[in-house]
Amino acid sequence: MTFEAADRVDSVPPSGIRRFFELAEEMDDIISLGVGEPDFSAPWAAREAAIASLERGQTSYTANRGKRELRDRIADYEASTHNLQYDPDEEILVTAGASEGLDLAFRALLNPGDSIAIAQPCYVSYIPGATFAGIDVIDVPTRAEDEFKLTREVLESSGAAEADALVYCYPNNPTGATMTAEEMASVAAFCRENDLLVFADEIYADLTYEHDHTSIATLPGMRERTVVFNGFSKAFAMTGFRLGYAMAPPEAIEAMNRIHQYSMLSAPTTAQHAAIEALDNCRDEVTDMAAQYDRRRKYVLTRFEEMGLDCFPAAGAFYAFPECPWDDAGEFAESLLQEKRVAVVPGTAFGEGGSGHLRVSYATGLDDLKEAMARIESFLN
Amino acid sequence: MSSRREILDLLRENARYTTEDIARLTDYSESEVAEAIEEFEEAGVIRGYGAVVDWNAVETDEERVRATVELNVTLDRETSYDDISDRIAKFPEVTSLRLVSGDYDFDLEVEGDSMREVSHFISDKIAPIPEITQTVTHYIMESYKEQGMEFDDHDDDDRLSVSP
Repeated sequence: MTFEAADRVDSVPPSGIRRFFELAEEMDDIISLGVGEPDFSAPWAAREAAIASLERGQTSYTANRGKRELRDRIADYEASTHNLQYDPDEEILVTAGASEGLDLAFRALLNPGDSIAIAQPCYVSYIPGATFAGIDVIDVPTRAEDEFKLTREVLESSGAAEADALVYCYPNNPTGATMTAEEMASVAAFCRENDLLVFADEIYADLTYEHDHTSIATLPGMRERTVVFNGFSKAFAMTGFRLGYAMAPPEAIEAMNRIHQYSMLSAPTTAQHAAIEALDNCRDEVTDMAAQYDRRRKYVLTRFEEMGLDCFPAAGAFYAFPECPWDDAGEFAESLLQEKRVAVVPGTAFGEGGSGHLRVSYATGLDDLKEAMARIESFLN
Repeated sequence: MSSRREILDLLRENARYTTEDIARLTDYSESEVAEAIEEFEEAGVIRGYGAVVDWNAVETDEERVRATVELNVTLDRETSYDDISDRIAKFPEVTSLRLVSGDYDFDLEVEGDSMREVSHFISDKIAPIPEITQTVTHYIMESYKEQGMEFDDHDDDDRLSVSP
């Protein structure tokens, strides 16, 4: 008997960004615009709360669903910022990052053989997560001409009506696309008409720049069929704390918690202490970081325009998604890295609909960003 | 939509941003930025531009000594805080002067080439001003943060160079 990956694991290809990671790691003095996490450290007050909790010896498990004080604050926060009403007792589950929440939803709320429509390009874990859960994937490639928004048209043409659930992320990684309330309403109508569950990854909700973020769960008839995922990684710059949460009606949270209690027991305790402090006292930092991303966003979009690089006005997260001037975006990204020492990620790494584009992360200090843009400009000439 | 306040914030962050940079970072055009800066300067909102220097990192034998000085004063019918501050602020050795609440009245920052020079300045020029009743001098021994900028170098980016 020897170790071999199980079939469902074996069927998942290695991540498309792995190659770039390996190339970039071998090089010195690169400027990376290929990073999918904030360049800021977590707010100091949150870090200090984590340290203080360790000093007090608070190193035990918490309740499976997360500390009650944290769930209370999450409920208040979501009510005041995103107009979402969830009961901290029965409708919120604190997870090890939003990623764990999504994995739980795939396994706890769908059966092997069910199908899920995945709006793409998308975060790299959705398709593997569905595959590990034995769920069939229906690709829903969003289109450059729609600025990578999810529309009724692409949902219909991709056969999403046959799916049991839909998963998407807006504001979007990798495109930076956002959805207005109206645009979200047409997706909601489609989901109601075709009786789809919705897994709404809203991890970038607070990084929406041109308009307010609208959660699909606030729209009529949607709360009962939606699981909303959010967390502390992006807006609070707390990626390494690994802390997220899922919000849904009690029966969904109960099912997800059944896996969570056996596989994870509880989300990291130290991180939960930091998150309580983050929600109590770090909102100003979030606003300030968002303002800085917004400036960089404007800078990058203006520079792309000056270079003649086609790029829709991405209004969320910390990504721009310009059209690649070469036929092969992978080749372009590799040459840019080799010749100019600037790392970007080809859109193909994020699934259908991403081809011909580049993900450019502006979660990088302005000095580096300016230099990187100058290098890209000289590469293009 | 950007506000003109954002132009001030950006200049405070880095006074060497060009008008072109600021235009790219905001919703303003380059000429609007230039106009706003000119107006700020004319109105005395922007009083000047300077570098934030970590003197410990300057490789020279020249020493810069800085001290903060607490000043207590007495006022009378003819003398206001403004009259006193005018007299103190004129000295080039004084780098900042603020009226503060609490146990003392003025918070003064003084710079000189040596401790001797700074103490002489306080005893010869500041202490003899008739309204000043007390001075307490604190020499600055180490500076960790100035004008919002931390002087430590442990802020290396430890993120993976490419991540999803």
